[in-house]
Amino acid sequence: MTTIKTPRARRARKTGRRHPLASIALIAIGLLFTGGAYAAFSTSTAVATTDASSQQTIAQGEKLFAANCATCHGLSAQGSSEGPSLIGVGAASVDFQVGTGRMPMQMQGPQAQKKPVQFTAEQTAALAAYVASLAPGPGIPAAALLDAAGDAATGAELFRINCAMCHNVAGAGGALTEGKFAPAIENVSAQHIYEAMITGPQNMPVFNDMNIAPEDKRDIITYLKYVEDNPSPGGLALGSLGPVAEGLFIWIFGLGALVALTVWITAKSN
Amino acid sequence: MTTITTREPAEDHAVGMKKSGGFTASAANYIDERTSISGAVKELGRKIFPDHWSFLLGEVALYSFVIILLSGSFLTFFFQASMAEVVYDGSYAPLKGIPMSAAMSSTMDISFDIRGGLLMRQVHHWAALLFVAAIGLHMLRIYFTGAFRKPRELNWVIGFILFILAMAEGFTGYSLPDDLLSGNGLRIIDGLIKGIPVLGTWVSFLLFGGEFPGNDIVGRLYSLHILLLPAIIVALIAMHLLFVVVHKHTQYPAAGHTNQNVVGYPVLPVYAAKAGGFFFIVFGVVMLIASLFTINPIWNYGPYDPSPVSAGTQPDWYIGFADGAMRLIPTGWEFVLLNHTYSLNILVVLTVVGLFIVTVMMYPFIEAWITGDKREHHVLDRPRNAPTRTAIGAAGVTFYASLWAAASSDIMATHFHLTMEGVIHTLQATTLLGPILAFFIAKRVCLALQKKDREIVLHGYESGRIVRLPGGEFVEVHQPVDEYERWKLVSYSDFKPLMLRPNAQGKIGPAEKVRAGLSRWFFEDRITPVAQSELNRAHGDHPAEITGK
Repeated sequence: MTTIKTPRARRARKTGRRHPLASIALIAIGLLFTGGAYAAFSTSTAVATTDASSQQTIAQGEKLFAANCATCHGLSAQGSSEGPSLIGVGAASVDFQVGTGRMPMQMQGPQAQKKPVQFTAEQTAALAAYVASLAPGPGIPAAALLDAAGDAATGAELFRINCAMCHNVAGAGGALTEGKFAPAIENVSAQHIYEAMITGPQNMPVFNDMNIAPEDKRDIITYLKYVEDNPSPGGLALGSLGPVAEGLFIWIFGLGALVALTVWITAKSN
Repeated sequence: MTTITTREPAEDHAVGMKKSGGFTASAANYIDERTSISGAVKELGRKIFPDHWSFLLGEVALYSFVIILLSGSFLTFFFQASMAEVVYDGSYAPLKGIPMSAAMSSTMDISFDIRGGLLMRQVHHWAALLFVAAIGLHMLRIYFTGAFRKPRELNWVIGFILFILAMAEGFTGYSLPDDLLSGNGLRIIDGLIKGIPVLGTWVSFLLFGGEFPGNDIVGRLYSLHILLLPAIIVALIAMHLLFVVVHKHTQYPAAGHTNQNVVGYPVLPVYAAKAGGFFFIVFGVVMLIASLFTINPIWNYGPYDPSPVSAGTQPDWYIGFADGAMRLIPTGWEFVLLNHTYSLNILVVLTVVGLFIVTVMMYPFIEAWITGDKREHHVLDRPRNAPTRTAIGAAGVTFYASLWAAASSDIMATHFHLTMEGVIHTLQATTLLGPILAFFIAKRVCLALQKKDREIVLHGYESGRIVRLPGGEFVEVHQPVDEYERWKLVSYSDFKPLMLRPNAQGKIGPAEKVRAGLSRWFFEDRITPVAQSELNRAHGDHPAEITGK
């Protein structure tokens, strides 16, 4: 035992270096923890069940609203110069904006950015219940519409016609005017996608049920989940950004590698 | 040679099946007697090629083209260049049951249902991007080293036409699958054509066989893509290479390199082996990229439909500069005259891009006219030794790069959290001011480097060793530059601005005045190479000889 231990210790002392794979291992451990925490977090979101109609929930939501939202949206959600009125935006809107971390807003800007979620699922539900109690508006969608088990082909076609001009055909996102943008839709929950369509957050138009029927919205979600769950058949997708990413790749890595090889071929032997 | 080869078999018969050289010799002899190929092998095999990595960039382009031909032939076995409507029934679920053209459907089948099809498609497309990129880098090398000078001006033009044809090949190929991206690209071309006054609409209807998109365009582009354009490209490549053999290869300035010789390795055996091996390296790199990275995922784009346009719709990189030029035009550049709209936003782009292309193609003749240099040049210029040319090149690269970057304005805006307008305005500024700035910076850098070279030749390198002389003075010992290095530093041609002289009639024409003015602009700032007399003076009692002059 000692005979094995001593040379190893001596070697470590001699070089004074970490193992070359140490940093990779550290990153892997870090990623594992972050991923684990994230997974735990997402499951806790899914588990939340709150009775939206109970007066107690609404009262809790009102308190949270007064403490966190009223500065901009007004004490009775009537709106102010800093934020729009929330009367009639419905539970779906609150669930989307608060559930994706966009609200409370971090700073005024071209549009509210996605950021780590600030409220628990119960708190979000309470806020939604409070706002929904003010006036009727789009509610949180039924689970049957979110199962991603519709027709992906119809969904893909609808997505190309209605959504791709801003979000890109593969949902990779795109630019709008004046610093606004359509975010990427990868790893967005089905519920949030559905809510975005019915409430039109930030600069997005509203796609109401007359426009795109609930079943068609289910098909769109089906397509997006198909793209998310099935890796690109051609290999790494380079961000699904299209020819710009491909051109940069061939210049930097393709031609770069070949220039390095030409240098190698013509190098004088020692 | 022929006398020997004809005598040998006769002797063999006389002696009776005596073996001399075995199978290889007799096979070679058999072929030579019937083709007289030994002359060509002798000539080509002894051809000398100088060894430098930048001389292999053209080879990268050539090999990519071979890869394109091979993978493209595979694709033609399965592709149907038809716009007849079919209902897709292949393996990719999100397109099942969607009506599309036979072209799109067969490309989907190549991608999902034909063994090796997707790999070949990706090899073809990646190799096409690499082909044009390698041509671009090769052209930059030729330009900045002055390899286009006499006698190689025509080969520059041939090479440039190849570059244009490569872009045309790329664009026709990009349009064939009839997916959303390619249809959007064609729609832009259609718009460009229709923007030309009087002719536009007629040309567009002629090209598309009626109103866009029609049912003909894929078939027509296919004929161009696999027949006409490749045939012209192959012919021009043959001419391009023939000229390289006729002119002999250029070489960088170095000890012993003159305009009368070529220093390097003979083609056979080492160079041929290296070049042949390099083909497989290029093929390997393309294969590796194609097997690991998706290119043009038509399954995401879906079939062409005139209504949707995806965010991030761009042409392949080599058309990007033209797309970017259109994005840079400010809004509202059009006017109505006699009930017709004149689209300056398109006409300005066509004119500017067209002028840029023609100028680059004609550059060797323009420079030769300005400098009045009629000598043959086989030794390349180091870019610093032609400051004005290098500066013009830097300006051209900046201009092209600004247009090119503008094609990805939306991607830059989202990925660097900028506003689209900010990106466009910045690039508008760099398109107009960047070239001027680049010109002055590049020229000054070149002159500074030339000054540094002079200093090194005259006084050697700083050694960092400080010596105190008997008189108390401190001096730094300079290490003299060695003879080989000095050759490189002093052997470049020195130009002076042209003298304005009257012609036979005793007159000075306006063309001559322009030429003299341009010549002054070209050469008025210059650093003359170190002369022998200067060197003698600098070295005092231990003169060094200049061998490069």
